Amino acid sequence: MSSSTDFLLALENVTVSFDGFKAVNALNLYVDKNELRVIIGPNGAGKTTVLDLICGRTKVTEGSIKFKDQEITGLKEHQIVRRGIGRKFQTPSIYDDLTVFENLEISLPRGRDVAGSLFWKRTPEVVEKVREVGRMIFLEEQLDRLAETLSHGQKQWLEIGMLLMQDPELLMLDEPVAGMSISERARTAELLGVVSKGRSVIVIEHDMKFVESIADRVTVLHQGKVLAEGSMAKIQDDPQVKEVYLGH
Amino acid sequence: MSTALKNNRNLELIGFALIALLILVVLPLLLDNFRLNLVGKYLTYAFAAIGLVLCWGYTGILSLGQGVFFGLGGYCMAMFLKLEASSVANTKIQSTPGIPDFMDWNQITSLPFFWVPFKSFPFTLIAIVAVPALMAFILSAAMFKRRVGGVYFAIITQALAAVLTILIVGQQGYTGGINGITDLRTLLGWDIRTDHAKFVLYFVCCGLLLASMLLARGVVKSKLGRILVAVRDKEERVRFSGYDVANFKIFVFCLASAIAAVGGAMFTLQVGFMSPSFVGIVPSIDMVIFCAVGGRHSIVGAVVGTLVVNWGKTVFSESFPELWLFAMGGLFIAIVLAFPRGLAGVMTDQILPWIENLRRKGASPAAPAPRPAPAE
Repeated sequence: MSSSTDFLLALENVTVSFDGFKAVNALNLYVDKNELRVIIGPNGAGKTTVLDLICGRTKVTEGSIKFKDQEITGLKEHQIVRRGIGRKFQTPSIYDDLTVFENLEISLPRGRDVAGSLFWKRTPEVVEKVREVGRMIFLEEQLDRLAETLSHGQKQWLEIGMLLMQDPELLMLDEPVAGMSISERARTAELLGVVSKGRSVIVIEHDMKFVESIADRVTVLHQGKVLAEGSMAKIQDDPQVKEVYLGH
Repeated sequence: MSTALKNNRNLELIGFALIALLILVVLPLLLDNFRLNLVGKYLTYAFAAIGLVLCWGYTGILSLGQGVFFGLGGYCMAMFLKLEASSVANTKIQSTPGIPDFMDWNQITSLPFFWVPFKSFPFTLIAIVAVPALMAFILSAAMFKRRVGGVYFAIITQALAAVLTILIVGQQGYTGGINGITDLRTLLGWDIRTDHAKFVLYFVCCGLLLASMLLARGVVKSKLGRILVAVRDKEERVRFSGYDVANFKIFVFCLASAIAAVGGAMFTLQVGFMSPSFVGIVPSIDMVIFCAVGGRHSIVGAVVGTLVVNWGKTVFSESFPELWLFAMGGLFIAIVLAFPRGLAGVMTDQILPWIENLRRKGASPAAPAPRPAPAE
């Protein structure tokens, strides 16, 4: 359980039970540096729960989660974020009453305590950084708009942009293309290509075409356990995976 | 960007200036001393309403217990004034001279320990802000660190208001009980009961109010202000942006309470007494109504709302005393249903666009409306 690893993220023997129901059951999952990992699986397989466990939203019942070889179970959400893990939620989770610019600015990992934020100064360097990320997420022209007026796809991009401002070593995305049009999907795939440079990314996704276009390695979850793991080609040939997931 | 945003900013400054003009120049010229003192009393509630703009309007923390902090500030000030009024010379007919009269009536023979520091004026000034802020800190830290919020928090604050009232009423010997702390006379030897003193205190109150408005504005315009809005929108997201959300909520709640407490102290000075009827649930809810009527997202609105509701209360209850409470309840319901952003919202959403329209039509009746020049 307390073995030392070279992996960026190592989940070992992780179990979480809700009133006896084991949503995740003795799960082992290892993510390398700079890897783009996709997690797929049928509904209720525990995909989102795994992300919740990593980012501290749900407490681990048993097992160990190590990030850069340090135990992170038991840390508060914001502490885990400060270690270098970013999380995107399934539904776009942005600040409706702030502008796109302000959404991005808040996500910059500086001035994060009460006094620091009270005396925070918006320097030209900060403005430049926000504009740069705004360009990357196709929202450069929208920086002064209120976030609530964005389209669904733009909101998803904004949230990815907020994570880019955070500059995490591990980025976790929960269904980033859900509800997007086909052209938006293509741009998101392109965006993910840029985003994943120099960091590890875990993506939960249902859309197999999209998975094929981005994944290094794929993990298939089923009933809280890893059913199969490997390249997309290997996964698609796996009879068990076909049975529970791909077949229909 | 917005000319609209820029206009909004100017608007706010204009609002500040108009309020200052109103309370510093217009009202003192128009009103007699009695009415002006009454306005001074209303303005002390505006402190609490400004605090509510910060914690309710901006951060989404509804407190139904701001009367507690208002009252604690007021009681701190009242304790100092009472001790000054209870000199041995003034109280020589008591069985224990030199202690407040209500203690003597309750067979208390020496000054209770927690009254002793209030002989010092500097200590009192600090306590007026520090005691309510400490109380707010303990309450909010206990709640927000455990992630209790929303309706539960509102109920707990309301319970606190009830508890404190019962405590004050029950411990008559130490607190003056239901009568409160009365018969306050001088502040450092200066008689606060004269017309002149009341006139001066009115302006002190205005000065502190304007300072509080600027302080609150400074906070909401800072990055911290944007974090507060973010917490209101999506508390969880803020956590996953690496912020310890509880600390921000504790900060804003303590700040709101400290501002309310300054209002309480000014109330005691201007009205000349403090009693549990300004601490409990009813005044706390009144304060929420002032804030809602004015517009809970607007600092200027909160002050205007306080003045309007209290003015209405005075006018209305002089003619139909028994109907006032119904009118107040009706007003609250009407505001929430029809104008959820209060008077400030009516101003920015309805009146100003209408004026703008009129102006445009007047300027160029035939030509299409000119496009506003781009900012910068």
